[in-house]
Amino acid sequence: MILALSACVVVVVALLWEVIAPQFTLWRSRRRAGRRRIGPVVEYDPGRERRAEQRARNLVRSCVNDEEWAMYRDLGFLRVWGRCARGPGDGEGEGRRGAPYAYLIYPHKPIIAFVPQTGQLLSEYCVEFPDLDRPYGSARLPDSDDVLAKWMALTGDERRLIASANMHLPGRQVDPVAVRRDLWRLGRWEQARIQREQTDAGSVSA
Amino acid sequence: MRLLRMKPGHGEVVIAEGDVEVPEQERELVEAFRAQLDAGMWAAVPTTGSGGRREAELVRSFEEVPREAERVIFFPRAAGGGR
Repeated sequence: MILALSACVVVVVALLWEVIAPQFTLWRSRRRAGRRRIGPVVEYDPGRERRAEQRARNLVRSCVNDEEWAMYRDLGFLRVWGRCARGPGDGEGEGRRGAPYAYLIYPHKPIIAFVPQTGQLLSEYCVEFPDLDRPYGSARLPDSDDVLAKWMALTGDERRLIASANMHLPGRQVDPVAVRRDLWRLGRWEQARIQREQTDAGSVSA
Repeated sequence: MRLLRMKPGHGEVVIAEGDVEVPEQERELVEAFRAQLDAGMWAAVPTTGSGGRREAELVRSFEEVPREAERVIFFPRAAGGGR
């Protein structure tokens, strides 16, 4: 009788151990790692992201001029003329008599400095605007907000933005072939725009 | 004047709104402005220059904001990326 009871107790303990042991191991490893339980994860909502991007596009449109807005809408990037007299990041002051260089602003890509007259690529400026509050689990601004932040920082205080960025040679993150193709697209786009304006002016005067 | 802040997953949100000529409303604007700078934001005022040229002015205090400005846009401060 005692032997049978002992056997039953051993079996019950063994079965309970099988159930409890994994939970205990998990609890112990969490305790050792000092990890906190992860809070509820905000799910990715494509609708919310789309609405955010639409708001951001409207904000861009309200800040830049018509030509820049059309450029961004049609080509997906903005061009900003450089203002430092002797090149990006030059501390010698601003010079507006002819722009020796310009920037291309892409959403969530480095800013590209280039020479408009020759198309030569000068450098990449890697810069981000991370929102550490992470309101929806991400520190990343909508695409158009990222473009507008770069545009405002470049036109407002070019040296401050360039000083905050990591500078690399062209080709580090953005394919130079793609940038040259974009510069070619920009040239064609500007030609077409000028022709359209001339045609419109001609038709009005006629 | 409206104070706007860019926000991931949302676009811009209105932080504060008021008339700078009304002292009480101006005080609220100043407090909201300082709170954003303390949170590490940069502040920019979109402007229209001569010949319709559009640009922005980065400001570091509320006193630098032009009185006639319609809005101030806050965005996270720049940080080097892509290392």
